Amino acid sequence: MTEQDPRDALRALEVEALAAIERAQDLDALEAVRIDYLGRKEGRISAILRGLGAMPAQDRPAVGQEANRVKGLVADALQEREASLAGPAAGGHEDLTLPGRVPWKGGLHPVTQAVDEIWHIFRDLGFTRARGPEADTEWYNFEALNTPLDHPAADEQDTLYLVDSVLLRSHTSPVQMRTMEKHEPPIRIIAPGWVYRRDTYDATHTPAFMQIEGLVVDEGVTFVDLKATLAEFARRYWGPDTQTRFRPSFFPFTEPSAEVDVKRVITRPDGTKEETDWLEIMGAGMVDPAVLENAGYDSERYTGFAFGMGPARIAMLKHGVDDLRTFFENDVRFLEQFAR
Amino acid sequence: MNVSYRWLKDMVPGLELSPEKLAEHLALRGAPVEKISSAGAELGDIVVAVVLETVQHPNADRLSLCTVDGGHGEVKVVCGAPNVKAGSWYPFAPIGAVLPGNFKIKKSKIRGEVSEGMLCSSKELGLGAEDDGILEIHGHFTAGESFVEAIALDDATLDVEITANRGDLLSHAGVARELASEGEGRVELSQIEGDPGIELSFERDTVEARRGQVGIRIDDADLCLRYLGAVIRGVKIGPSPAWLQQRLRGAGSRPINNVVDATNFVMLELGQPMHAFDLNGLAGTSIVVRRVRADEKSFTTLDGETRELTDDMLMICDAERPVAIGGVMGGRDSEVEDDTVDILLECALFNPKSIRATRKALVMSTDASYRFERGVDPEGMELAISRAVALILATAGGEVDGPVLDCCPVDYEAETVGLRLSRIEHLLGVAFEVGRVRELLTPLGFDIVGESDGTLQVRVPGFRSYDVRREVDLIEEVARAHGYDNFPSDLGPYRPGTVADHPMFALEDELRRSLAGWGLFEAQTPAFVPEGEGDVRVANPLATTEPFIRRAILPSLIRRLEYNFAHGNRDVRLFEIGTSFRSAGSGEAPREETHVAAVLHGRREPPHWSSDDAAIAVWDLKALLEHVAATTYGGAAAVAPGAAQDEAFVADAAFDVRLADGSIVGRGGLLKSETVDAPAWAGEIWGLEVTLPSDPQPSAPVRFQPLPQFPAVERDLALLVPDRVSAYDVGALIRMRGGALLEDVELFDLYRGEGVTQGTRSLAYRLRFRSPERTLKDKQVDKAVDGILARLKEELSVEHRG
Repeated sequence: MTEQDPRDALRALEVEALAAIERAQDLDALEAVRIDYLGRKEGRISAILRGLGAMPAQDRPAVGQEANRVKGLVADALQEREASLAGPAAGGHEDLTLPGRVPWKGGLHPVTQAVDEIWHIFRDLGFTRARGPEADTEWYNFEALNTPLDHPAADEQDTLYLVDSVLLRSHTSPVQMRTMEKHEPPIRIIAPGWVYRRDTYDATHTPAFMQIEGLVVDEGVTFVDLKATLAEFARRYWGPDTQTRFRPSFFPFTEPSAEVDVKRVITRPDGTKEETDWLEIMGAGMVDPAVLENAGYDSERYTGFAFGMGPARIAMLKHGVDDLRTFFENDVRFLEQFAR
Repeated sequence: MNVSYRWLKDMVPGLELSPEKLAEHLALRGAPVEKISSAGAELGDIVVAVVLETVQHPNADRLSLCTVDGGHGEVKVVCGAPNVKAGSWYPFAPIGAVLPGNFKIKKSKIRGEVSEGMLCSSKELGLGAEDDGILEIHGHFTAGESFVEAIALDDATLDVEITANRGDLLSHAGVARELASEGEGRVELSQIEGDPGIELSFERDTVEARRGQVGIRIDDADLCLRYLGAVIRGVKIGPSPAWLQQRLRGAGSRPINNVVDATNFVMLELGQPMHAFDLNGLAGTSIVVRRVRADEKSFTTLDGETRELTDDMLMICDAERPVAIGGVMGGRDSEVEDDTVDILLECALFNPKSIRATRKALVMSTDASYRFERGVDPEGMELAISRAVALILATAGGEVDGPVLDCCPVDYEAETVGLRLSRIEHLLGVAFEVGRVRELLTPLGFDIVGESDGTLQVRVPGFRSYDVRREVDLIEEVARAHGYDNFPSDLGPYRPGTVADHPMFALEDELRRSLAGWGLFEAQTPAFVPEGEGDVRVANPLATTEPFIRRAILPSLIRRLEYNFAHGNRDVRLFEIGTSFRSAGSGEAPREETHVAAVLHGRREPPHWSSDDAAIAVWDLKALLEHVAATTYGGAAAVAPGAAQDEAFVADAAFDVRLADGSIVGRGGLLKSETVDAPAWAGEIWGLEVTLPSDPQPSAPVRFQPLPQFPAVERDLALLVPDRVSAYDVGALIRMRGGALLEDVELFDLYRGEGVTQGTRSLAYRLRFRSPERTLKDKQVDKAVDGILARLKEELSVEHRG
């Protein structure tokens, strides 16, 4: 090859031409650039191509290949620049009002989201998560929880049985006993999970639904701690202005027992605030000493509180869903509304 | 429990709360009110009117033309009731009045005669079911006065929710006790109009109480603790007086006749269910309380139903046969009828568990069984029977024949329970003084009968003997009476628990979040499935169409997909994490596993103007399955083309997830068309299901790899691979033969067609070589590539496509 390799000249032209194309601010200027480099007569790249014939035969293929590459590149750049200068949004790439490209949206079920939000609050209050089987025995579901099978209280959750004394748990409370059997106090857990009842489908009942159990057992745990913990949960979940009301109730495995109601403060679209009615959100109570004794704990030494709530109901309140069955339809247009 | 507002007010002197306020107080006492209703709520437009004159309608035989004074002068009214008569008073709907059911009264012409209003029947007013003519009312009225006020329909009925432990609240007296402190602090029973004031005497025996021809014997004292019977002779059965009927209506009960109404009144007032037998319908005019006999197979109750009897049911019998199912329902044959003259009034105390077992076996529940199951006051029986006798004498006449027979094999003794003040504070977190505890417990019927060293001895009243037996029960009463809202709620310190967060939750969280990130929506479906989709059967399923609990999640998701199809949703990507149940042998609790499943249909990306609408394909499913496998098992699981036949998936478009030991923990692929009920427009439907490990291991920490110091050299190889040789094997061989310098192998193209022999495809691989120690020379790389090509040819007959 000769001393001055024409390929070096070509690469220099390439850089120069691309810069000139970029500088051209209108179609006339761009046409001038085109003529300067690719014009049939005076184009500088064209000139090199024309001069190929005069080159030594052994250099020709390499130089020719390079010249064609540069020519193609410059031609493409000219075309692209022309399109952009001619386009409606001068200086842009395309019509930028066109929609962008997104991946499919996916998301968690609204009830899962409620479980997660509730869990995160209790996590911050020092709780961990425990679990137990969904098919359990009468002992764990009733008797260990101070609920004799021949007491009307056993009726309130009409139970689905599998065989003899094996049933589908009617609440998450069996996890209380299963956890206490395996661990020593202090116990500080929540147990989210499915529970089953012999209920027909209607706007507020489904035969299977999620429940979240809570259990705290230690020395010196009192009714005041129960109230404080659940009131704090309510404020963190529904906002600092949320009021909590505790009403006496009955659960065989807690004594005293309570229903917990909340009154929320909601902000209307015009900015004014409004108090809601009292809404029942969970059952709670001090763990019955009989339950602690069934777990092998000394009920004179240890006390505790337990609670249970339905995240689906809480999700209904939160999102304004008025029929529980909607959660089970799993219509993607419904689920999509909760995707974040 | 339906509670009459007026009744309650009469029982609690000084109670001045509105029904709404009262409901609030009850809620804070543990007995929330579901609903407040009023029989007269829709009758505000109805007035009392007198019929002045009635003549035959000139154009209709069955109609009469009445002159009515409804307080606004005389008006003409056409009336079709046969019982209309001049001089009587009736409810009257004047023009413009609105009756229940939004029926508006207009001036009209009936067979040519103008009618300016309507005389009403109890059915039209919503007060009764029977159409028995217009409702004649008795008393002193002024034409035009409010009908509701005139007959005291302005009562409110409170539907009070009573928890299962509080049988004592299934009476007006019980509810009144909870409200006593809102009035003058006491509960009193109303005077009965016409009560002759007879003091009853009682004849008591532990086995059989008998006087003359009438006797009461208890054979099974474990099921019936006491049975009182009073004989009243010469009653006249008829309707109850208005006040009694109103009381019953206010408490949501239907008046029947004076005797039955008296027993119902006492049950609603004091909570003691009672029953009246026609004495002459009892063989041997005697009662025997005993278990059902083997030869007694069935019994017809007074509702006309024939009930199957089973062992251990307690029957009330006469000298020959059963006459009632004890504590549940009386029988047809001994029922009080219009011509009954002599009655035997039953007031009994049954074993709650026995009543519960009986009524469950009979699949029925009555007002009586409901109360007996929850416990009836063992100390209130004399009062109850005295009240009932007084009511019957006052409303049906007759005379009490002899003392009340009192068969009482088991004497009730009240319990005394110790209550430590220190324990109250220990549990409730607030200290209570003796005086305060007394103040709280006494109005509820508890007596503090002793006190020493900070421990109180508390006598429990009979009506609370079922739910208050232990110290903690009394502490609850203290808390309840004090008011839960009066306890502080300041957050205190706590000790962290000993239970670690269950690792399964973390795995589920990770899976959920990543699958949502892959564009899938989480579904939740109930575990109930039809036959064939589960091997664990529910013994008492609600829906006979879904009597099993599922062994897999995918079929449930497929049904959700079908639901979406039916609603026009074409792009459907759902997943669920749920429990799979498998039989663990008969009589055993099923084995449970957590599964994740997914179903996908539609476009692989949202439609966009710049791209075509490609459908989800096998490669999308495969990658998703690999992702799920990696998330659940880390590197321990591999996804490979499915070897085994599977019911759900198309044979050559399915994958297995295998562990190192060869066990299959998941499957995925193209669903067979018969698996899904899909519309004609539906495309390929993909599914997967993977079993989650029962003890998820935390993933091993990432080991840092030093970043390369020297440049890599890449080589592209186009290989002609016979169809029988898998890409997996080619890749594996390249990796194996590439040696330490081969850093990465990437398949970047697959081509069939022109230039490639039939039965062969061209696979293009990009190989990246790098040395950690120096810049590689072409020669070294060439040698490695040549070695690979030679091995490919030799072992797999794969040619280099030059």
